[in-house]
Amino acid sequence: MIISIASGKGGTGKTTIAINLALAIGKVHLLDCDVEEPNSHIFIKPQINSKAPVYISVPEIDKSKCDFCGKCSEVCAYKAIAALKTDVLIFKELCHGCGACEYFCPQKAIKEVNRNIGFIETGEKGNLLFTGGKLNIGEAMASPIIKEVKNRVKPEMINIIDAPPGTSCSMIESVSNSDFCVLVTEPTPFGLNDMILSVEVLRKLNVPFGVLINRSDLGDDKTVEYCENENIPIIMKIPFAKNIAKAYSQGKPIIEALPEYRKKFIALYENIKERIK
Amino acid sequence: MRELVIISGKGGTGKTIITGAFASLAKNKVLADCDVDAADLHLILKPKIKEEQEFLSGTEAVINKDLCNECGLCRRLCRFDAISEDFLVNPIACEGCNFCAFACPQKAIAMQKNPKGKYFVSDTKFGHFAHAKLGIAQDNSGKLVSLVKKQANEIGQKLKSDWIIIDGSPGIGCPVIASMSGVNCALIVTEPTMSGLHDADRIIKTARHFNAPIKLIINKYDLNPVMSKKIEAYCKNNDISVLGKLAFDKTVVEAMVEGKTIIEYAPNSETSNKLREIWNKIDNEVI
Repeated sequence: MIISIASGKGGTGKTTIAINLALAIGKVHLLDCDVEEPNSHIFIKPQINSKAPVYISVPEIDKSKCDFCGKCSEVCAYKAIAALKTDVLIFKELCHGCGACEYFCPQKAIKEVNRNIGFIETGEKGNLLFTGGKLNIGEAMASPIIKEVKNRVKPEMINIIDAPPGTSCSMIESVSNSDFCVLVTEPTPFGLNDMILSVEVLRKLNVPFGVLINRSDLGDDKTVEYCENENIPIIMKIPFAKNIAKAYSQGKPIIEALPEYRKKFIALYENIKERIK
Repeated sequence: MRELVIISGKGGTGKTIITGAFASLAKNKVLADCDVDAADLHLILKPKIKEEQEFLSGTEAVINKDLCNECGLCRRLCRFDAISEDFLVNPIACEGCNFCAFACPQKAIAMQKNPKGKYFVSDTKFGHFAHAKLGIAQDNSGKLVSLVKKQANEIGQKLKSDWIIIDGSPGIGCPVIASMSGVNCALIVTEPTMSGLHDADRIIKTARHFNAPIKLIINKYDLNPVMSKKIEAYCKNNDISVLGKLAFDKTVVEAMVEGKTIIEYAPNSETSNKLREIWNKIDNEVI
């Protein structure tokens, strides 16, 4: 089972929901797909057992074989190769690692080499299994790392995915193929606007979802109205509370600071399980 | 003309609220929303669209079933798992690399250019505004960010504006890097939480990597004064100027619900006064 936790707008509480849901269930696999700004580990403090680099393939040119025909540059859709009369320049940051240049080089002068763009960590905390990805500073492409994190989904376990904000590539990569997505929002105009965008993405991806309204007593009623009109289930509401905000700021899970929330997160899981059936 | 981008690493720290306040306070500026896949600034600027253009970027493979003999070469070559067993292309997975189209022995694959969103130049009561709307489930948001920035720059050059003020996106990847290019100041908005500090550290390193000069604001500092002190100490150690600290203020949400900047909605509030102070510092200090 894969449950992803997403939201268009940042800072609505994705990580809070992901880690509390994971801790309340207990025996789960928590995967942090927010590889640009991963935060789950701050709350879980897992013991890390292994760390593996993530690479993408980039071309390397053997200039003793290259006859500067320019084919590699011609087939590169990302303008990552510039062929000059007596030289070939490679802009590694632009390369998506598609492999076309190597395949088409008539001189077999290109070989692919690994370029490190981030890493994956795995660890555990009690029953909880943790996998998280991290993009290296200065790197632009998060998707290959998210893919690697998702390759480690354990089909026999409950997998909870903490997704990155937004509605573009990284979010799509993180939530696609989920059995259910919890869309976390706050009832403000910004929260609603970005939630509607996320709803459209999830519908396009055919991922079933429900809305969780965080800080549900701030803002206005338009989020609830929208969900009612669109027949979207509201699966949980969490009112604003200074002690929740304080626990968060200290890197503490809600269910530790306010133990009555443990039951609520278990109920959330039961609710999701019913909906997946 | 100086360029300011407001970024945060972590989402939801208050970038757009602060950009909105600067829209009210700065004179002779162009505004831009570079958070193209979760754009919100238009909700308080209420733009009247003057120009609208299609964002055409990259391509997607389309297989012509009449020519395809299902040899399977495209499926073997595609590194993005974008071609299904029955030879349909998943447009969301397709990265537009053209590899399959070049390699297909039957010449059965064409690369199609699809509109992936729209970008706009608008008028607002605060001045000109460049913004965009990425299509649903589309990628390439870094390129759209660069386009929005280019539009804002062109207007700014033409009108001899003093400032380009850019609302950025969360994270440290592609769209953020695109929004930071060539700015005179990257203003980082953070909050006093462990996540806030962790994420600020990563965005600061990213900004330094691309040589963007950095300043910082701590938002909602009173939610955890101890953590705020830690962030201030971090900034001191890293030679980053903290322009100000804003207290948690429910008026900010009320202003957003009314579709107004905090300066318009509560001009004499403590938050507005603080933001005025911060803007004056930016205007005086950023070169």
